Amino acid sequence: MSTEEKTREPAGLPFERDIQEMERKLVDLEEQAGDDLDISDEVRALRAKLKDKLVETYAGLSAWDQVTVARHPDRPVTGDYVVGAFDEFIELHGDKQYGDDPAIVTGLGRIGDRRFMLVGHRKGRTTKERLRCNFGCAHPEGYRKALRKMQLAERMGLPIVTMINTPGAYPGIGAEERGQAAAIAENILKMFELKVPVIAYVIGEGGSGGALGIGIADRVLMLQYAYYSVISPEGCAAILWKDGARSPEAAEALGLTATILQDLGIVDGVVHEPLGGAHRDTSVMIQSMRESIVEELASLDGLDGETLVANRREKFRHIGAIEGRFPSPA
Amino acid sequence: MTETSMSKDASNSGDGEAGGDGRINRLRFRKKDMPGGLWLKCESCSGTIYRKEVVEKAYTCPACGFHFTMPGADRVRHTLDEGTWEELFSEIEAMDRLGFVDSGPYGDKIERTVKRTGQNEALIAGRGEVLGRPVVLGVLDFKFLGGSMGEVVGEKIALCCDVARKEGKPLLLFTASGGARMHEGMLSLMQMAKTCSALSKLNEDGGFSICVLTHPTTGGVTASFAMVCDITLAEPGALIGFAGPRVIASTIKQELPEGFQRAEFLLEKGQVDVIVSRDEMRNMLARLIDFGACRPGAGATAGRRPASSSERASSSGAEQEAPSTSVPGDEAKGSSGDVASSDGS
Repeated sequence: MSTEEKTREPAGLPFERDIQEMERKLVDLEEQAGDDLDISDEVRALRAKLKDKLVETYAGLSAWDQVTVARHPDRPVTGDYVVGAFDEFIELHGDKQYGDDPAIVTGLGRIGDRRFMLVGHRKGRTTKERLRCNFGCAHPEGYRKALRKMQLAERMGLPIVTMINTPGAYPGIGAEERGQAAAIAENILKMFELKVPVIAYVIGEGGSGGALGIGIADRVLMLQYAYYSVISPEGCAAILWKDGARSPEAAEALGLTATILQDLGIVDGVVHEPLGGAHRDTSVMIQSMRESIVEELASLDGLDGETLVANRREKFRHIGAIEGRFPSPA
Repeated sequence: MTETSMSKDASNSGDGEAGGDGRINRLRFRKKDMPGGLWLKCESCSGTIYRKEVVEKAYTCPACGFHFTMPGADRVRHTLDEGTWEELFSEIEAMDRLGFVDSGPYGDKIERTVKRTGQNEALIAGRGEVLGRPVVLGVLDFKFLGGSMGEVVGEKIALCCDVARKEGKPLLLFTASGGARMHEGMLSLMQMAKTCSALSKLNEDGGFSICVLTHPTTGGVTASFAMVCDITLAEPGALIGFAGPRVIASTIKQELPEGFQRAEFLLEKGQVDVIVSRDEMRNMLARLIDFGACRPGAGATAGRRPASSSERASSSGAEQEAPSTSVPGDEAKGSSGDVASSDGS
């Protein structure tokens, strides 16, 4: 994971055009400034202006804008948190049945004195890595690897931290042959039986069943500009309107943002991102995640396995339910 | 990108996401070509077939035996003993919680579908008996928004699990679905979790579950409760998968192999336990239920089911026996084994 290097092609978010122009100007000015006080004032003024612009822009992001932020090539991925936020990590490979899917990374992690099992989608950073990881689209062996390691964590008494970042599970011939649906279904079912704490973070893209396959948790958290959706906006637009260009409308309709999902009770908490999104200041984001993981793990301290399982089942059994709408279950 | 949902009413009987490719065989009513709607064209053998005969043969093609999607109410009649059906939770109605609008408001779409189908949602749930064996039954009806799973479908399946658990009865589910209902956004995705949560509790309390995958079953339904019941059956020729064939074809940009994602393909790949033809279904279910009754949760000792179970149908060699109740399709020839081997490609 530590080999992930950044490709620094200027990534253009359409709504950030003005911001990027200001950022470029600021870099130029800073270079010129040196000891020149006059220019330093100018730098300060531009910095203030840029900050205002960022605040204003990011306060008014549409659902589709947020999807583009969640997919930003410079946005921290699972590997960045492993390298930046963990004090120790031992990757454990393979499902011991078929293979080692690079689209899901699993291993033993530690932050301070907190030890846990990490299960996360891996998107990769360079083009080569992205291709190798299928852009974070896992195959059945990836989900089986995840389950195997989660069950190992249970035996070892380790809590589980998952990081969700996938456009969706891979739709392909091999994936179907090896039982993509069954693998995801098995994970969902078996995650309800894990007698250790499970915390899930949607760190970027939460693409439908492929996300949920590692998403059954006692605490489900989302990064501020991540999205979590039953179908990609493109897929939704293609099916409903036969027009992929209407994805922004679909994103709006699907209600896929952290704010909406928290209101619906699907997400338990939101991890705030630095001003202008996680891609603008990855080190701040990584530090926030480090703190959040410790805090969330601590919040589940002292709960025994039976209680955790019972609470987890109850939580998902009643998600989004409106009082009195459904008969009370037996 | 992988959950597929039906966006059209089944009355269009056109291609849904799950059935969008030319190889998908669904019963299509081509009234334009066939005056009076008396005749149908089989999408599998292209034969012209008499509608009445298809219905009499439990929605199978009289010529080639293809198993068409069966309407939910017919499925219930076909599966259960006459006079044993007691519907549950039919009053629960869908709700447009997100204010979803595509060609029109989702709320209007529900209203139209309820009016057209005479049922409140895509899942029909209740109690009944299969050859004298009490079961809790849940049937997904494809004609209600493509059998898609939204909040109500998920809730009703979970409630079925709860009833089965409380009453110690086997849970029997039939699926026909395009997957999660995208008009309900993430609330629909969460039904995958909700159903598995209830199933997990049922398993823990020693329950027994059978799921029959019928044509077509894809997306979030396949990737949740449907694939993790104790026994997974499939009807011959049924399209079963995670991603719809169109999605896969457009992703990998090549043609899909013949027979891909068919029940026989899944059997070969180790994804389903048995392929069972419609005329054999009741007998097979009864036999499986008898084996299921040996489980510790049913109060049995190893390998012997409790004496309280009805003995109306034999527990061994039931495949040779005519069921005690006459149901359409019983007179059809051929065992499940024949179907599986002859249709396999």
